[in-house]
Amino acid sequence: MVAKAEIVAPALPSRGSLLRQRPELITVPLVFVLAIAGWECAVRFLDINALILPGPFEIWEELIDGLQSGVYLKHGLVTGEEMVAGFLIGASLGLVIGSVVSQFPLIEKTFFAYLVGLQTVPKFAIAPLFIVWFGFGIQSKIFISAMVVFFPMVVSTIEGFQASDQRQLDMLRAMGASRWQQFRMVKLPNALPFIFVGANVGVVLSILGAVVGEFVGAQEGLGYLILQYNFQLKIARVFAILVVLATMGISLHLMVKFLHRRIVFWRKPSSHLEA
Amino acid sequence: MTDNPSPLIRFERLSKVYRTTAGEPIHALDNFSLDMGKGEFLSIVGPSGCGKSTLLKILAGLQPATSGRITLAGKPAAGPQSNIGVVFQEATLLPWMSILRNVLVPADVAHIPRKQLEGRARDLLKLVGLQGFEDKYPNELSGGMQQRAAICRALLREPEIMLMDEPFGALDALTRDFMNLELQRIWQAQHNTVLFITHSIPEAVLLSDRVVVMSPRPGRILEAITIDLPRPRTLAMINSSEFGAYSNHIRDLLAQQGIVMGEEAA
Repeated sequence: MVAKAEIVAPALPSRGSLLRQRPELITVPLVFVLAIAGWECAVRFLDINALILPGPFEIWEELIDGLQSGVYLKHGLVTGEEMVAGFLIGASLGLVIGSVVSQFPLIEKTFFAYLVGLQTVPKFAIAPLFIVWFGFGIQSKIFISAMVVFFPMVVSTIEGFQASDQRQLDMLRAMGASRWQQFRMVKLPNALPFIFVGANVGVVLSILGAVVGEFVGAQEGLGYLILQYNFQLKIARVFAILVVLATMGISLHLMVKFLHRRIVFWRKPSSHLEA
Repeated sequence: MTDNPSPLIRFERLSKVYRTTAGEPIHALDNFSLDMGKGEFLSIVGPSGCGKSTLLKILAGLQPATSGRITLAGKPAAGPQSNIGVVFQEATLLPWMSILRNVLVPADVAHIPRKQLEGRARDLLKLVGLQGFEDKYPNELSGGMQQRAAICRALLREPEIMLMDEPFGALDALTRDFMNLELQRIWQAQHNTVLFITHSIPEAVLLSDRVVVMSPRPGRILEAITIDLPRPRTLAMINSSEFGAYSNHIRDLLAQQGIVMGEEAA
């Protein structure tokens, strides 16, 4: 009985106090509604030209229209494939290379010096080169996306391995654990929260990579569609596609977040980047 | 594994010099020589920074000595030994594993199938009063319970030698008394050799065959005192005159060095 009393009991919020404990459940949707309403009012009463800024209702109608015609689905699948494939390739490469490099201090220091140098290169600026190398098809977009995902992923992974708990490592080393066991049983789990920070940044960049690639040169995809509508001054449709892109981004983000919660279950997210 | 006669552990003129980040040398240990017999329970008492923990880390193979050497049953000890179990000041359980899995970590490290040692792990947890907590995670347990699980982990593979670095320092007095008696019972049942580091003079006298009293940095042995009290020891003995004499003697030794030790766990 004494032992039982020692358990740290998590405070269970009662129903009434839920909103008091998490008032953002009210404020977040409230701000959304106010912003949309303000936008619609501004467009109507200030008589803003729809070619410059269409109102939310017009965008909504275009969105429904585009979804029903299947045009967003067709191009969205292309962009989605580029973004998911790019994310998976870039994240895996970043994870594997970061993990390997972290195990050898000299290689890590050498590699990190170049990595910091490369970080300052505006990576999207070399997107046209990727079109030259890999053509106008889906491949070049996947590689652009993978490249921009790779960098935050590899940096987070290396940082994660630097954050290993020395006491846990000592404990394992005292048992005679091999380097591989130390890696698998202590270093990797300790690095996981950092790796997920990198993955969350990577999700955002994977969409940017795909869309920028399509801007530079493509025959399909939502980025290509945005350019087309922009030239035709169908601005409401441009906004509608932005909504589609945002939805895709949020979906991928939620998937990563779900994995984060499941895999790093022992740790509460400590920063907004981790959340 | 070792049929050789004592000493099981021999420290030969062990010294350790650290360098601070500013490059200044810190002499943590100075010419430390000591023999430990098989089955002995030996405590080291001394002020903070007397090199007690350094000594233990060298023996555990976590740090190299600057000079001198350690032999285990006559063989020079190099690196971590599989027949040594270590309990640190903090439990250092792995937060992503259940308590049972944590206790079984040494099995994983030694590539022994978990199933083979699961029964023993459960028995050990029961022994320290953690029955029913096998599937909990470390952050669901109090510090004292975590430390008990850490002791089970160290005991899993029936190590010949147990190294304990102030394992009960973070526990409340009642739990600490309980754990002291448990440790004595486990030690008597397992016949292993224990090197126990503590800040508490009563704890050292209660548990040990010998108490080594150390000077402040650089750590040297002031005296090794044989505690000639009958086993099993009980908490009631703490009030006996012999017990008091040992405690006072150790306290006087430390007082001559200008150190006043507290009455922890008395």
